Amino acid sequence: MTAVLSVEDLSVHFGPARPVDRVSFHVNPRETLAIVGESGSGKSLTALSMMGLLPRNAKVSGRVLIQTPQGPADMLGLPEKRRRLLRGKQIAMVFQEPMTSLNPVHSIGHQIEEVLIAHENLDRAARRTRVLELMNLVRIPDAARRIDDYPHQLSGGMRQRVMIAMAVACRPRILIADEATTALDVTIQAQILQLLDNLRRELDVAVVLITHDLGVVSQWADRVVVMYAGLHVEQATPAQLFGDPLHPYSYGLLRASPRSDAGLTYRDAPLAEIPGSIASARGEVGCPFRPRCPAAREVCGTVQPPPIQHRGDRLVACHFPGILTQEERHVAAYA
Amino acid sequence: MAHSKSVPRQIWRIVIHAIPTVLGIVVLNFLLLKLAPGDAADVIAAEAGSATEETMAALRRSMGLDLSVLEQLKTYLLNLVQLDLGHSPRYAMPVLDLIMQRLPGTLLLMGTALGVAILLGIALGAIMSSFAGRIPDRVLSILSLLFYSIPGFWIGLMLILLFSVKLGWLPSGGSGTIGSSLTGWDALIDKARYMILPALSLALFYVAIYARLTRAAMLEIRNQDYVRTARAKGLSPLRITLSHILRNALIPVTTMAGMHFGNMLGGAVVVETVFSWPGLGRLAFEAVMARDFNVLLGILLLSSLVVIVVNGLIDLLQARLDPRIGAK
Ligand SMILES: Nc1ncnc2c1ncn2[C@@H]1O[C@H](COP(=O)(O)OP(=O)(O)OP(=O)(O)O)[C@@H](O)[C@H]1O
Ligand SMILES: [Mg+2]
Repeated sequence: MTAVLSVEDLSVHFGPARPVDRVSFHVNPRETLAIVGESGSGKSLTALSMMGLLPRNAKVSGRVLIQTPQGPADMLGLPEKRRRLLRGKQIAMVFQEPMTSLNPVHSIGHQIEEVLIAHENLDRAARRTRVLELMNLVRIPDAARRIDDYPHQLSGGMRQRVMIAMAVACRPRILIADEATTALDVTIQAQILQLLDNLRRELDVAVVLITHDLGVVSQWADRVVVMYAGLHVEQATPAQLFGDPLHPYSYGLLRASPRSDAGLTYRDAPLAEIPGSIASARGEVGCPFRPRCPAAREVCGTVQPPPIQHRGDRLVACHFPGILTQEERHVAAYA
Repeated sequence: MAHSKSVPRQIWRIVIHAIPTVLGIVVLNFLLLKLAPGDAADVIAAEAGSATEETMAALRRSMGLDLSVLEQLKTYLLNLVQLDLGHSPRYAMPVLDLIMQRLPGTLLLMGTALGVAILLGIALGAIMSSFAGRIPDRVLSILSLLFYSIPGFWIGLMLILLFSVKLGWLPSGGSGTIGSSLTGWDALIDKARYMILPALSLALFYVAIYARLTRAAMLEIRNQDYVRTARAKGLSPLRITLSHILRNALIPVTTMAGMHFGNMLGGAVVVETVFSWPGLGRLAFEAVMARDFNVLLGILLLSSLVVIVVNGLIDLLQARLDPRIGAK
């Protein structure tokens, strides 16, 4: 199985700061890959790198290989003209804020149509038909009547459906949803996630789900990438991650999550907090999680652990993988 | 669709709002003008060189100037209801006719100037924002600062010096070749030749304003989420700039332009005088000098009507540009 997208050694710099630091992962066809991590861990910058949409002042290195019918294309290495043809066509993105992500002065039909104008050779009538099809596909009720509505006339959930319709208009291979449901209320969230999952199957598209909601991860993801301070610290399936978190940060993340349906590790325990903040990791040698890590040893302060293969298909960047989980089991066994 | 059916209602609303506004303007201006020292009789008498107390009194009586201010106001308002703006002793003709003679000239000049200002300003602003911080932006910024700070009449004089006196390309004043019997295209071109310089001197100040406003608006809008969405869709840079950045920047610019129309009427007085353009502005100037209050009042009344109508049109345009406005 060849990956539809592989991120290789991706780093993003803003001057001396490096909010994304040598991240590598891949996305398989038709899978849902979740990227989790607390605020500021570099999830959005990673997503924008994949789209080739980083802010101008960002310096980027590494490769983002996208599988296209003409072979793999490196989003970071291509000239802007070629990248533009990949966006919306091979890889598409849905953003967090449905309120501000649509242009208030254009009708939603027009905004969906623009993707078709950019990438497909269709006449006006055919485009309108396609727009209606797309609106039906994302379950916007009464599409024919709503096609000329403006964004302000729609609810947040409907707007996010419009965003999704735009994203899948040209049947991309990869769909990135960057906190696409965070701004919506819970029932709408579930509907949108269900919609994304349906589209994944119907349209054969891989979904990259960026979130900090572990409940979402456990319910929808096939694999999870955990990011901390710009680093890729762990990668596993949700079952592996929730059952047996290897990185102390993942462990803390699970303990800090209020969702009881996410795993067994913290079902009856009080909600824990990861002490310190992500900012305390800046400009340190050694492991960036060391200042906040209850299991830190001397080596953690001097050597930054690289991501290594662990127990087959898992990946973890820690000198003592699984140490907190083992300790907990230990304590539980003697209690 | 959603906003087209509210257009008649909007026009109706504008009319309803206009009536008290116009009434207020008339009464206020009437009282203000009566406060000013001197009246038409004084000026006529002064120009005649010799006048006795009796002839002055007779003059005043014939013009109704002997009545109390309130009486005069009442007469004026009663006449106004019948669309009678009074009589000009100076020009010896009904004020309405006089104004109607001059109004088209002024509207043409101002419309052209405002149109030029908006188009040129937006174009320059778009260029400036696309090159923000680089040479074209710097040069245009300095240029717009110049236009902004130099008074219109001085620009006018310099334009005359350059294009009429030195180069001899364009006429220095007037509104058409006198005694010419041109028709069709030739007449239009002749008119345009006379209009270029006054329209330009009136427009340049506003060009500067709109250019800077467009630049600022576009730079701000460039960072909006929906522009990022447009880029994520793979749209071409030109389409993003025109359809998602400039298109949204038009909203603040037209709001400004609507407010400026009234200011421009004021600027027209000076520019029309410099270019001896036969418009309302110069008529107003002459009316002040002659204490011809009927004419002045008529001009103020009509220009306020024009401003109200233009503002109404701008409101309609705004509703077209920004679909959120009609909603609420
Ligand atoms: N344009 C920028 N210039 C400088 N630093 C930036 C810029 N954009 C992001 N950063 C920094 O990069 C870090 C990672 O940002 P990013 O938006 O990727 O985080 P995130 O994981 O998406 O967080 P959140 O969950 O809040 O969305 C942040 O600490 C932020 O301060
Ligand atoms: Mg983010």
